[in-house]
Amino acid sequence: MSETAVPNHPVEESPFRRFVAEFAASKVALFGLAVFVLIALLAIFANWIGPQNPYDLAQLDIMDGRLPPGSKSVAGYTYLLGTDDQGRDMFSGMLYGLRISLAVGVGSAIFAACVGTTLGLLAAFFGRRIDTIVMRVVDLQLSFPSILVALMILAVLGKSVTNVVLALVIVEWAGYARNVRAIAMVERKREYIEAAACLALPWRRIVFRHLLPNCLPPLIVIATQQVARAIALEATLSFLGLGVPITEPSLGLLIANGYQYMLSGKYWISFYPGLALLVTIVSINLVGDHLRDVLNPRLKR
Amino acid sequence: MFTWLLRRLFQACFVVLAMTIIVFIGVHVIGNPVDILISPEADQAERAKIIAEMGLDRPLWQQYAYFLGGALHGDLGRSFVFNEPALKLIGGRMPATLELAVTAVLMSMCFGIPLGLYAGLKPNGILGRVIMSGSILGFSLPSFWVGLMLIMTFAVQLGWLPSTGRGETAEILGVRWSFLTWDGLRHMAMPALNLSLYNISLVLRLTRAGVRETLPMDYIKFARAKGLSPARVIFVHVLKNIMIPVVTVLGLELGTTIAFAVVTESVFAWPGMGKLIIDSINVLDRPVIVAYLMMIVLIFITINLVVDILYTVLDPRVRLETKA
Repeated sequence: MSETAVPNHPVEESPFRRFVAEFAASKVALFGLAVFVLIALLAIFANWIGPQNPYDLAQLDIMDGRLPPGSKSVAGYTYLLGTDDQGRDMFSGMLYGLRISLAVGVGSAIFAACVGTTLGLLAAFFGRRIDTIVMRVVDLQLSFPSILVALMILAVLGKSVTNVVLALVIVEWAGYARNVRAIAMVERKREYIEAAACLALPWRRIVFRHLLPNCLPPLIVIATQQVARAIALEATLSFLGLGVPITEPSLGLLIANGYQYMLSGKYWISFYPGLALLVTIVSINLVGDHLRDVLNPRLKR
Repeated sequence: MFTWLLRRLFQACFVVLAMTIIVFIGVHVIGNPVDILISPEADQAERAKIIAEMGLDRPLWQQYAYFLGGALHGDLGRSFVFNEPALKLIGGRMPATLELAVTAVLMSMCFGIPLGLYAGLKPNGILGRVIMSGSILGFSLPSFWVGLMLIMTFAVQLGWLPSTGRGETAEILGVRWSFLTWDGLRHMAMPALNLSLYNISLVLRLTRAGVRETLPMDYIKFARAKGLSPARVIFVHVLKNIMIPVVTVLGLELGTTIAFAVVTESVFAWPGMGKLIIDSINVLDRPVIVAYLMMIVLIFITINLVVDILYTVLDPRVRLETKA
């Protein structure tokens, strides 16, 4: 409600405030959110936080290659998490890698959400032909595992950041479309849609201004889970050497680089990027799990 | 039933046809077929000869007919790297992948069902909660990372298990299998566990949900009232009813497991189809890529068809007429 509400209870009336209060009730979810925000900040400000620019060859010294964590460099500062085979500081490398992993994960999830939501809404609103076509494509897509679809696309198109994002969008849109359609099918039968239709509003306005906002809460939950999945899938593809090119290494590629040294006991090159990946995915999942409880009206007390 | 089967088969053929078109477009229209199908080492005269031979100067629909004709005869080109027919190469690697995937699915039952049963019977116990939290990790951890950690722990630090390869194999019916020798089993333990981790979590959750659902049922109460031992109630009356959905889901998951074997095989250098496709993509051995894609689509459509048919046979409640 607005500021004209009774001054004693303005806090409880606002749905957003209520949502924040309910979300904050879970310490685990708050912790997950805090960790994720920290990771995002680290990734965004990698230039300032990282002690060296890992892709500026002038700053690297091959003599520093494969040093264990805590070693001193030739230039004098300490490598907190050791160095890789090129003498790069692993900590700086991870910050830059996180940046690419997050950008690809979040970016593809946003694109996929736009495509999938639009198609799902249209399928639910118009039904008949459009519904049949969209849902058949979704069924076909979901009958193949995500890794296989991504593999096909990257095998045909070749590897680059754009193609990875494209592959992730193609893998993910179907999930959004199916879920959004299911929600919108229920909402479409409600009175407010009928009322909007009686006012002879154009369909675009009904779909995007009336139907869409009411489908948003479940959509947010799906989007959170999909971001985590996209980051994991991107890391897997990069680990297989099909993802981002070697000039823009994400966490997955850093792990792949360290793989051959791991067998000789130099664990840190693979271990720490893997740990960063793990913490990122788990923190997003913690937030997502709790969001699902908060936003699901059936679980409301 | 017969018309339904016919319609379903027709649909499957249609999907295969659609996939050949997509792969054909991918190879011939988006990429340059001359680069893709002819080895980069060929000189100018050889190139011209092969282009004329393969009909790459002809109109597109004729080229597609040529490609489709080759595919129907099981001819999808020769590998540049191994200089062998691509399909034969993949066929040779398939047993390794199948044995890994089947072992992983069996392992997921061996671990998933007992753990799920325990978590379902004692949902509020500490161990029950630990199992459930563990299953969330099984879903969300990237499998290649788990594989690396397994290697680091059991191969590098403890030295209990070999880290890569397939080990000794024994031959049956002209095909080499690892599971017949002790050394092969030792090599298979880690990759199979890695591949089954997702399925273990899945089976565990299905079993737990099934137990929670079945326990309050009247026939369970009746079995108890009859004085049957708790073990008999759980293992005969409860478990029997849970097995139907678990087995159905695992059947469907077999295809996904074969696809995800790509990751596990790369981590453990397991010489199956998945390792082959990744290596082929990295050296641009395109006939093998095309053959693999066609092959895996065929496997998938077959699995989906068989599961659909089995489902309708096993569960008479699924009415085929209404499904149309």
